[in-house]
Amino acid sequence: MPYDIAVIGSGPAGLSAAINARARGKSVLVVGNDYRESPLYRAERVDNYLGMPGMTGPELMEAYRRHAETMEVDLRTGRVLNIMQMEGTSYLSIGSDMETARAVVLTTGVARGKKLPGEEQYLGRGVSYCATCDGMLYRGRPVVVVGLAPDAPEEANFLQGIGCQVTYVSAKQPEGLVPAITWVQQTGRLEILGEDLATTLRIGDRELPAQCIFLLRSAFPPTDLLPDLALEDGYITVDRHMRTNLPGVFAAGDCTGLPLQLSKAVGEGLVAGQAAAEYVDQLSNS
Amino acid sequence: MSVLHLNESEFNAKIPASSVAMVDFWATWCGPCKMLAPVIDSIGGKYEDKAVIAKVDVDANPGLAAKYGVMSIPTVIFFKDGKEIDRKVGVQPADVYTKTLDANL
Repeated sequence: MPYDIAVIGSGPAGLSAAINARARGKSVLVVGNDYRESPLYRAERVDNYLGMPGMTGPELMEAYRRHAETMEVDLRTGRVLNIMQMEGTSYLSIGSDMETARAVVLTTGVARGKKLPGEEQYLGRGVSYCATCDGMLYRGRPVVVVGLAPDAPEEANFLQGIGCQVTYVSAKQPEGLVPAITWVQQTGRLEILGEDLATTLRIGDRELPAQCIFLLRSAFPPTDLLPDLALEDGYITVDRHMRTNLPGVFAAGDCTGLPLQLSKAVGEGLVAGQAAAEYVDQLSNS
Repeated sequence: MSVLHLNESEFNAKIPASSVAMVDFWATWCGPCKMLAPVIDSIGGKYEDKAVIAKVDVDANPGLAAKYGVMSIPTVIFFKDGKEIDRKVGVQPADVYTKTLDANL
């Protein structure tokens, strides 16, 4: 059974969309990072949330999670790698799983950081975003993991566990790596080099040979998920109902633009959740 | 059976003998491959009489994956008389595959 609505992003906009869609009787899946990675969780205090000044980020985020759990939202930690729309259904790939939904709400926040030189060119030819998908193809061979997400050490351990020879690159010393993995500190600009296929990760003036370079990030630009999504100044274009240019796809929160504030995220989440619920009703009636 | 599931020896017998073939290299552990499966099935239904539409499990057939340099899955490779003519890496909309098929039929 497909979900009625899949929400991508587990911050305040996503959870607001989720509880409001649940309130309209819709089944809702939320896929996102660990909630402690939300920018709100790192806020020491929030003083402009109406009627509740002085709350801390963690207090608010934990209250939001509890609310979503009470409303029986399915909360899943994971990374959505692709979305494909076909005949009124959206297919989402989440690591090694696939889920389907009739409507999608994007609440992906703001993806910070640009792509690396060589990344686009070698994607699928020695550059991968998915350790569980492509790791098996590199058993017994040297690979590099560029750890840009908090769960990247687990993915690196997975790769080492299935027989890849892993080198882990990150700015700060990672925690939880198995001893067999070599850590290389990122001390300069990263660049991916190769010929037909990627062969090397350059870090400043040092070069690491690799048959595959896994780039593990917390956030992707939404156009990586849906290439035809319309943007304006890097933010997703939406109307008053938080509809994007793609049918059945809504967006809310920081990914739609300034101001990057909690009240706006929660308010837009409500609109998107209700609009997505209405869209699902129309699909059912047609 | 509109989509064939081929092992290495079946592949070696079938693909060079087909004028046009489309082969999806996939694996059970791969979420994007599961997402592509209904697309491949629907193309299999539509092109049954015109082309060979097949799938190869790279886990069960690592030799084929290595031979064709499959570096990321899903990878869909198109063959004409057994020779590779095109490939699409990653999940693409159905018409990306059907256009390539149509152009070579």
